Amino acid sequence: MTVLEIVQCGPGVSVQDAGRYGFRRFGVSTAGAMDRRALALANTLAGNLPDAAALELPLAGAEFRILGGPVLLAAHGPGTTLAVSGRPVSALSSVQVGDGDTVMVGPPRDGVYSYVAVAGGILTGPVLGSRSCHRRSGIGGDVLSPGDRVPCIDGSDSAPLSLAEGTRYNSRDAIRIVPGPQADFFAEATWSRFLSSSYRISPRSDRMGLRLEGLALRSSVGHDIVSEGVVPGSVQVPGEGNPIVLGRDCQTTGGYPKIATVISPDLDRLAQVPMGRDVRFRIVSKGDAIDAARRSAHWRSSLKLAAEPVGGSSPDLLSHNLIGGITKGDDL
Amino acid sequence: MEEDCDANGPVIRYLGDSALSVEFGDRIDDELVSRVHAFDAALNQLGLAGVVETLPTYRATAVFFDPLEADVGEIEAAVLRLATTKCDASAPAGQLWEVPVIYGQDFGIDLDDVAAHAGMTPSDLIEAHAAPEYLVAMVGFLPGFSYLSGLDPRLAMPRRAEPRARIPASSISIGGQQSAIGSVEGPSGWHVIGRTPVRPFHPGRAPEFLFEPGDRVRFRPVSAHEWSDLDRDAAHGGLVAKSIEG
Repeated sequence: MTVLEIVQCGPGVSVQDAGRYGFRRFGVSTAGAMDRRALALANTLAGNLPDAAALELPLAGAEFRILGGPVLLAAHGPGTTLAVSGRPVSALSSVQVGDGDTVMVGPPRDGVYSYVAVAGGILTGPVLGSRSCHRRSGIGGDVLSPGDRVPCIDGSDSAPLSLAEGTRYNSRDAIRIVPGPQADFFAEATWSRFLSSSYRISPRSDRMGLRLEGLALRSSVGHDIVSEGVVPGSVQVPGEGNPIVLGRDCQTTGGYPKIATVISPDLDRLAQVPMGRDVRFRIVSKGDAIDAARRSAHWRSSLKLAAEPVGGSSPDLLSHNLIGGITKGDDL
Repeated sequence: MEEDCDANGPVIRYLGDSALSVEFGDRIDDELVSRVHAFDAALNQLGLAGVVETLPTYRATAVFFDPLEADVGEIEAAVLRLATTKCDASAPAGQLWEVPVIYGQDFGIDLDDVAAHAGMTPSDLIEAHAAPEYLVAMVGFLPGFSYLSGLDPRLAMPRRAEPRARIPASSISIGGQQSAIGSVEGPSGWHVIGRTPVRPFHPGRAPEFLFEPGDRVRFRPVSAHEWSDLDRDAAHGGLVAKSIEG
């Protein structure tokens, strides 16, 4: 059996795919990749469907060894580098890794999360329809540490792929939100302060929630509601007033008022904003939010059309790049 | 009934581009919980395109949809149609479960405190806690964690000022006006009064989750001896909770 062995890594490395759906009524969080764009790019380079299970690496790099190879492997994230047995691999490319080869993945210099994908996907056992790790409940296994081995498909000798363009990770554009279920708990003046000031991503942020530091927001009718369903992207405002944007590992229900919801494509973007950096928010209509979510999903699934064999001068290359927006992920 | 129906019709509130909340009220109330569950069941029966799942809670149902597949106009229309035609329907009776519990001792370290707070003897408290038929109002917080409504109001007690970092799996607890059946080990600010051998969530068992929102629960006090027999059974995938006729 081919395995990817972790030689060294930082804390919080986990297996993630698109997440676990259908069990929220039983208290099961969706989990899933914090940045589905980066997951899709890594998977596409490895020849997979965009949502296949991959390793998610927060903040730090990692070193792997392939045992029983070969495998086709890709690593992708904001400013993430990849080298195999000392040879650097160009960005937005996958690479064949042989038995015993060492894989070095650099830290995501311009963001937070990198993804390591192998052809065929990571083959840990799915739980309730997904391989995503939800750390708090233990569903989908635990986080990984040095010495752990994750199973891959045996002998994937398909040719390396590359993409001409990825996506833009360090955009300073405002994060788009739709007013939340308790939007009217907050007075107009509070709303203007929320939209006109900037918020810093706290280093206490994690997969459960991105904590924001800035002007405190006070509800005019208190900060306790009877618990109800929440989503990743819900902007909760607890009593102390600093908003929390719920992450993919968030619980299914919550009892804090939700001033807003970050739209799905921008939740991916927000996940990659480096801690300590400031963000701003702007309101879009529900219709615009749904359109943006659709464009983002189309972009992820169309990436495979833009992937080319490495070094190949495919005559299709030009025509693919002419298909409007297919490889541009920065204006979704 | 029609008039009440319109007056108390639900409000639709969006949770971004992939979910909406159908909100029936803003308080904890048994009648409200029943309306939520009746509505939730009816909505799921429609099988609307693009609806991924729903999550009924005390006062609202969250409807999660795939923005690629769903027509939100159609979902909204269905919600309003159901709200006016189904508002007088009572919740479909979920299953009634008999759940064995060992109260007090090491299994319920806060039992004496809760009894003192209620001004009762520990054995009166056990009797009062095991007397009602509870409704599983919501499952959340952790997989299988079942929030129950129907607690004797005399037993209500504010949550602990300092939550505990871990309480054992399958703890029976009281927090405010609610009681709960815990599932997996986890943090909690609730008062632990006992433990059931039942695993509300047991991976690999059929069914993996025991209690659905809308189910009802009766507690049966058991001895330490019976508890350990049942616990062994449950560890090997036994349901241990008995489904009984109402």
